[in-house]
Amino acid sequence: MKVREQASTREAYGKTLAALGRELPDLVVLDADLSKSTMTKYFAAEFPDRFFQCGIAEQNMMGIAAGLAASGKTAVASTFAVFATGRCFDQLRMSISQPRLNVKVVATHGGITVGEDGLSHHSIEDLALACALPGFSVVVPADDVETTQVISLVCTTDGPFYVRLGRGKVPRLFDSDYRVMHGRAVTLRQGVDATIVATGLMTAKAIEAAESLSGQGIECRVLHVPWLKPLDEEAVVQAATETGAIVTAEEHLQHGGLGSRVAQVVARSRPVPMDFIAIKDTYAQSGTPDELLERYGLTGGDIERAVKSTIQRKKAA
Amino acid sequence: MDKGHMSARDLEAKARVLRRHVITMTAAAGSGHPGGSLSSADIVAALFFRVLRHRPAEPGWPDRDRFVLSKAHAAPLLYAALAETGYLPTSELCTLRKLDSRLQGHPDVTCTPGVELTCGSLGQGLSFGIGVALAGRLDGRKYRVCVLLGDGECNEGQVWEAAMSAAHYKMDNLVAIVDHNKIQLDGWNRDIMNLEPLAEKWRAFGWHAIETDGHSLVSVLGAFEEAETVRMKPTVIVAHTVKGKGVSFMENNPDFHGKAPTADQAAQALKELA
Repeated sequence: MKVREQASTREAYGKTLAALGRELPDLVVLDADLSKSTMTKYFAAEFPDRFFQCGIAEQNMMGIAAGLAASGKTAVASTFAVFATGRCFDQLRMSISQPRLNVKVVATHGGITVGEDGLSHHSIEDLALACALPGFSVVVPADDVETTQVISLVCTTDGPFYVRLGRGKVPRLFDSDYRVMHGRAVTLRQGVDATIVATGLMTAKAIEAAESLSGQGIECRVLHVPWLKPLDEEAVVQAATETGAIVTAEEHLQHGGLGSRVAQVVARSRPVPMDFIAIKDTYAQSGTPDELLERYGLTGGDIERAVKSTIQRKKAA
Repeated sequence: MDKGHMSARDLEAKARVLRRHVITMTAAAGSGHPGGSLSSADIVAALFFRVLRHRPAEPGWPDRDRFVLSKAHAAPLLYAALAETGYLPTSELCTLRKLDSRLQGHPDVTCTPGVELTCGSLGQGLSFGIGVALAGRLDGRKYRVCVLLGDGECNEGQVWEAAMSAAHYKMDNLVAIVDHNKIQLDGWNRDIMNLEPLAEKWRAFGWHAIETDGHSLVSVLGAFEEAETVRMKPTVIVAHTVKGKGVSFMENNPDFHGKAPTADQAAQALKELA
């Protein structure tokens, strides 16, 4: 993969939020004592009257966000992904999802690339939980450019949203003419032998794997799926139809996230051999982000191996 | 309606009407929560017919006082009050808990006019109320937010997260009412999870706490009036009540927390509430 600049999605989030604060007078932001990490600090510094520090009390924060949204505000609530979905799932369910309130849960530190803090601060299940909320749209931007657009879209589109960002810097994939659309996947690379369907930071790994496979005579389509909900079923079915083999890749458990959702669509509409690059039913541990991605099977190499074996199954079928 | 002017005596009569509805509704539904609905009836009568500024013909009036039923299992009582004030026809009350009814087992904001939040999983209403009150302050609106909680509900940690934050944010446009009927599903508070000293706990969290007889309309009205004078801190009214109030075989009986009266029991209850 060509050398790409590494940029922080949460910095992009924080700066975009502050910029939106200037344009949207009804935008309010909440945090649970993680403002210096989630980067809501920029909004907080510029708009102290519209920033509500809730302390380490996530359930209360979500309820307050709901009350603000029910009263005409656009409420953005941030904390780490593991807390945003785990600690206050019932509050998301009852106070935000069911009433379809205008609350945007922007969770940082998703996945295991949170690193050294260890499993308590990692999130391997947040996407499964968020997708289990009927009212919510769920999105995992791949880079800072996409994050900026997603945050703008989310803050200007009615309804509940769950946005998952990571802790670390990631390769910039998109340039200034990229446009994110609600519920749409993006084909980043054409190919006919197999499709790698990826989200978040795994999209860069998917591109890496596709380029390596190309050198071995295997041409993969790369379908970047930022929106797990609503899922771009048409793009998924088209990929299944046109390439006949699908490998999904996500920084998440294999249960209930991207892989599960894609598999449901494929199984129902266009069954083809599939494999799933994801964390296999375990918590991770302390380590550097790269060590953890390696240890838990989330590298470009893992995607490559899965693509090759899935193509074998496709040929044998 | 904006703000009502009913006397304490007339409010007592209204509370009886609400109690009768609770009995007929739960009997018709075959399920529901009569005990905790009956204990809150005087408080809710005071709110809907006197204390709250609201417009039944305009449930979305932006300057309305908000009432959040956090102890959402008292839904029959809320629906009765909404019917008696004109948000719903009283003829609809017998649809409680039936398929496709606007009157769900626990209030649902998406289908019932006058309901502010879908509740039922206890402990969530106060947080929501804080958000609404904060929005009011941001917008320079003068509305007040009243949240009715159960005493068992105060077992939930989120209630205390909310209590801490309401004091931190000096929410003097927020009033919480705890229907302190001393009983929860499995039995008496003192045996299940001791709450006392309850008013002291709220004071320790930075609230102005008023204890009152929850069945004396004069006292209840006095408590709400006192709450309106408090500045820079939120107020909680700890209302001492009797679970099942008004129906002899339901009073202080944990069994009627979540069990509807049979037809015979309902008939007996209605005689007592005549």
